[in-house]
Amino acid sequence: MTVRRVTGLETEYGISVPGDPGANPMLLSAQVVNAYAAPTSGARPRWDYEDEAPLRDARGFELERAKAHPSQLTDAPGRRGGGRRAAPNASDVATAETEDPTMANVILTNGARFYVDHAHPEYSSPEVLTPRDAVRWDKAGELILLEALRRVAATPGLTPVTIYKNNTDGKGASYGTHENYLMDRATPFGDVVRHLVPFFVSRQVFTGAGRVGIGQDSARAGFQLSQRADFFEVEVGLETTMKRPIINTRDEPHATADRYRRLHVIVGDATMCEVATLLKVGTTSLVLAMLEAGALAGGPAGDLTPAEPVRALHEVSHDPGLTQLVRLRDGRRMTALQMQRAYLEAARAFVEDRLGADADADTLEVLQRWESVLTKLETDVFSAARQVDWVAKLRLLEGYRSRDGLAWDSARLQAVDLQWSDVRPEKGLYLKLAERGQVELLLDPASVRRAVEHPPEDTRAYFRGECLARYGPRVAAASWDSVIFDVAGRGALQRVPTLEPLRGTREHVGALLDRCATAEDLVAALTGG
Amino acid sequence: MPGQEQQRPSRREEEVEETPVVPAQASAETTETDADVDALLDEIDEVLESNSEEFVRGFVQKGGQ
Repeated sequence: MTVRRVTGLETEYGISVPGDPGANPMLLSAQVVNAYAAPTSGARPRWDYEDEAPLRDARGFELERAKAHPSQLTDAPGRRGGGRRAAPNASDVATAETEDPTMANVILTNGARFYVDHAHPEYSSPEVLTPRDAVRWDKAGELILLEALRRVAATPGLTPVTIYKNNTDGKGASYGTHENYLMDRATPFGDVVRHLVPFFVSRQVFTGAGRVGIGQDSARAGFQLSQRADFFEVEVGLETTMKRPIINTRDEPHATADRYRRLHVIVGDATMCEVATLLKVGTTSLVLAMLEAGALAGGPAGDLTPAEPVRALHEVSHDPGLTQLVRLRDGRRMTALQMQRAYLEAARAFVEDRLGADADADTLEVLQRWESVLTKLETDVFSAARQVDWVAKLRLLEGYRSRDGLAWDSARLQAVDLQWSDVRPEKGLYLKLAERGQVELLLDPASVRRAVEHPPEDTRAYFRGECLARYGPRVAAASWDSVIFDVAGRGALQRVPTLEPLRGTREHVGALLDRCATAEDLVAALTGG
Repeated sequence: MPGQEQQRPSRREEEVEETPVVPAQASAETTETDADVDALLDEIDEVLESNSEEFVRGFVQKGGQ
């Protein structure tokens, strides 16, 4: 009924060495992750791969390993195709980490995972419960990458790097920003596809980060709404690195699998604007609530399936005028803004019907901001420049075009596009705008800085983060759904499963953790002696 | 497609290869911020990589997820 939902955002950051485009991105990324981890180094907790099953498919079958592309085997870094199981032995782990840079993998006290994915440093936020917290821990990720960059620059012998929160190099490569939403497994996957495809096609009007260049390799000059749209080639599928699908079927809940599905959304852009990120998460969460309740069928957004979904995704992205008509399967033609209006209308009626006056502030905020940003985009696109990345970016680009008479293939405009998401305040153009008060901020910056070190209190991320903060040297490994202790007096490692994302909250375990001065005390308390 | 183009500003048809539609009509709010944009551009000039071409050419990524 509400926007409250277990959610996490993963971002693969772009990484570069000025003047050396050939530098090895895996080593650079490992350097970044390890530099951030360095102060707490020594015996670092490793990632526990025990419950990872990236080849499990929401449609109900499991891909055979032999049929999978090596890049799909996310549970076996350094042993692609080997199907590594967690070896509960600390010395194995130490060996693996020194042998293979792709093992650079840290679990942070804020509950996040910071590691090397493919050829990028990736920040996977802790599980949060509200859209505002999704923004808060996503923004904390930007500060973590900035700190990592500073530490690399300050360490003699390391190669200074630049880091960008974007999704393409404009030359044919794309890297992802994924949203993860926990949802009810009982919801038929066909309904997920039917209702989310039109939603994802149309939400680009406020989730797009903006991009100079049309086509995967920017073959055509111009500007488009989304960094990612041109890299999507099919409607539904399991892949994430090639033939990318609008609906990704990876079904690896990191939670009790017979109750939950993790909806893995790969079609979004990395956004800097706090309002855009809030809306990306909040509106999607509301649509999922309606889906789970079966409340979309028969309503204003009951059947908006485009006749050609992939083409529609591209066309909407390529039209900053927002007048492009999407042809629907039933013959109607609608603009993306009209499609979003239909979802908003359905969501309003749904919240009014189910909650009425009891609707919570987070849900009301998302409804109000959703309506507000659609109205701005309908009346005068540039009036959304304080809330929406692509509009703010386009405003700068148009400023340059008119002042300096630049054409869309100008390198200067492409530089503006790239520098938009530079994480350094002295270089990043979004950060310059924020400093000048030209974008709308939702969060107290102090709360973002706090989120760098501290976990959300209302999900299991609290237990993970607090265990690392309090008993770090005794935590041998951890993952989304486990914390593993190596404690004195016990021969084997002690694995604490955390399969229920809403347990392990401060309310649930805060007092227990306060009572346990050591990891030994905690393990004893959990095992009843 | 002809049905769609009627709805667009005519400027687009002339420049469609090069230029996306730039959302028309500056509202009062937009006009007020034009001076801000100019001041902002001056500030951005200071931080923008001085050799744009080399900077853009050098930004090469490997694909990810």
